[in-house]
Amino acid sequence: MTQVFLGMPAGGLGNLVETEPFPAAAHRELGNTQMRKNLRHATHTIRDKRLRVVGELPDWEQLRDAGSAIKNSAMFNLEERLLEFEKNFTARGGVVHWARDADEANTIVRDLIRETGSTEVVKVKSMATQEIGLNEYLETQGIEAFETDLAELIVQLGHDKPSHILVPAIHKNRTEVRDIFLKEMPDVDPALTDEPAKLAEAARKHLRAKFLSAKVAISGANFALADTGTLGVVESEGNGRMCLTLPETLITVMGIEKVLPHTDDIEVMMQLLPRSSTGERMNPYTSMWTGVTEDDGPQNVHIVLLDNGRSRVLSDSFGRSALNCIRCSACMNVCPVYERTGGHAYGSTYPGPIGAILSPLMTGIEVEKNNSLPYASSLCGACFDACPVKINIPEILVHLRGEDVDSQRDKHKIPTQMDLLMKGGSWVLGKGKNMKLVEKALPLGRLAAGKNKKIKKLPGIAAGWTQSRDIPAPPAQSFRDWWSAEKESK
Amino acid sequence: MRIALFATCIVDAMYPQTAKSTVKILERLGHEVIFPAGQACCGQMHMNSGYMPEALPVVENHVRAFDTDDYDVAVAPSGSCVASVKHQHAFLADRLGKPELKERATAVGKRTYELSQLLVDVLGITNAAEQLGSYFPETITYHPSCHGMRLLKLGDRQLDLLKTVGGITVNELPEADQCCGFGGTFSIKNPDVSSAMLDDKVNNICSTGASACAGGDASCLMHIGGGLSRTGAKPKTLHLADILASTMEETVAL
Repeated sequence: MTQVFLGMPAGGLGNLVETEPFPAAAHRELGNTQMRKNLRHATHTIRDKRLRVVGELPDWEQLRDAGSAIKNSAMFNLEERLLEFEKNFTARGGVVHWARDADEANTIVRDLIRETGSTEVVKVKSMATQEIGLNEYLETQGIEAFETDLAELIVQLGHDKPSHILVPAIHKNRTEVRDIFLKEMPDVDPALTDEPAKLAEAARKHLRAKFLSAKVAISGANFALADTGTLGVVESEGNGRMCLTLPETLITVMGIEKVLPHTDDIEVMMQLLPRSSTGERMNPYTSMWTGVTEDDGPQNVHIVLLDNGRSRVLSDSFGRSALNCIRCSACMNVCPVYERTGGHAYGSTYPGPIGAILSPLMTGIEVEKNNSLPYASSLCGACFDACPVKINIPEILVHLRGEDVDSQRDKHKIPTQMDLLMKGGSWVLGKGKNMKLVEKALPLGRLAAGKNKKIKKLPGIAAGWTQSRDIPAPPAQSFRDWWSAEKESK
Repeated sequence: MRIALFATCIVDAMYPQTAKSTVKILERLGHEVIFPAGQACCGQMHMNSGYMPEALPVVENHVRAFDTDDYDVAVAPSGSCVASVKHQHAFLADRLGKPELKERATAVGKRTYELSQLLVDVLGITNAAEQLGSYFPETITYHPSCHGMRLLKLGDRQLDLLKTVGGITVNELPEADQCCGFGGTFSIKNPDVSSAMLDDKVNNICSTGASACAGGDASCLMHIGGGLSRTGAKPKTLHLADILASTMEETVAL
């Protein structure tokens, strides 16, 4: 069979781009001491919990291998799996819609809501709808969307943005949550305290009315099973299940990479996901539905299969394993950069290490200004270690840096300081004898370091180093020269 | 055994003592050490900064220098550079479509060991004082660098060697597994985040009361040492090789 290259698939639209370069955003967020305290506490708590429950499983590494293999096999013939899913979902009374990008998905959802005559919808926590900016779009179309996940509710009431994919309000502590409820929740008890149980009760009362009156619900999906046409949502509160069962119409927006080939695959995924995300052995509320069941649950069941740049990721052989992501958030919980900057610094719906690769992979690094995210990592590798489906995030970060540098080459006529450093470095480090030559200048560095043997200030881009670190005076003689003198002369 | 030393660019140019220490330890065990003269650098800085075509001559040079029958195993006093040789060289060759380079780089990678890996796994060292004569009468703490810990899975090899040095006291470093914030050009591209990570590392080191922080990577130690020096903190940084090479007769000075 001959393969014909049809061109690079289109990049994704919506909330996938950095709003400002990461270093600038990080600089601002690092100054937010309350946020940093909240985040440090929260990430360290989840980290420890995850390590404990992962440590209980003697076959954790094999489970990771299995998870990775399942996702790879799903991606290997994604088109067939999706068509199989469509056939089975349709046979059970569901309706499948295909959306190339965020705009198409938003329009499809709006039209489906309009057909019901409703102007209000309740929502199950969903990353896909955050990605396409559905709530904001629906608002412009006269439709109000109510988030029902507790943390999403906090974010929505606070006119804020999620900063974490699993715990969207992770940057807020309970006192801040109480203040938001007092200010924004109608009919709230003015004596509300910041006790977690009281806060949950306030949210429950607020949401209950919505659950009982809503005619339309919108959800995402954690997985779709190709062999049966089943969809699944994994959540902790039960609010999702209320949305999935009470309204007449259920519209699910799901990224095409969420399809799993076989029902058996959830055996592996449901061991990996709860342990990696919330540090729990078992997930509290796992809802699965297959099409329409007469007189039980929603009678109009739709799914919008969303591409929005995913085909583009799939076409990148070095980056495609990013599509294996099951949105557990373990990578951001262990990331030392995320821990200090928080999720808002990344701009995109997907923050942290996975966001730093997924966002530019989906939009394309050169198409939009989305190129500072791959540098937002010290490449420490904690994310790769924690990833339940073994996505080699550091390697993909490096790959994307390569894409970025290559895409910049023709753009600026005058090379940047980094370009010059790297070109010079390539010559020096490209041959032992060149290095030997340059090392003859080491005594000059000693001279610059002066009497206290420290270099405290460097010019240009190297000033970033000396902002908080000294450089020791170089030695009088390199090892190479010492070796020639000591060993080879003998 | 005939052992080829890969000094790494940073040790060669900035910390020659650490390479000399590595030679000393291996010669003390009766092995012959050679220094392939063409060697320069693993190319990690270029690759991690995204400069792939510029990394190519550096990687090719390394492969040229070490793809010989002139030695049994190669060793470098750096987890990060060894991880680059073992994993990243093949990745670069793949990315730039160089199958022949990939094959040769993979073969070189298989024969290359990080110092503690070589000492423990190949040379069977379990007690530094007894087998190497190591002696260092100081209180230290230990930072396990990320690439050694996560890419090479060194586990406790370095720490176990340090704990068996004569006269030494090893105090545990809180949050030891957390990155020091160096990350090569990360430290200059994202200086604020890098500095925030370094601050925590420096504070944790100071909290141990140790007079030195030991580690297996000169680059991370330069970063941590630079931070300690800037804040005027007392602890110094010292490479694992320098501590292992230190003896009763010739004790390394802090």
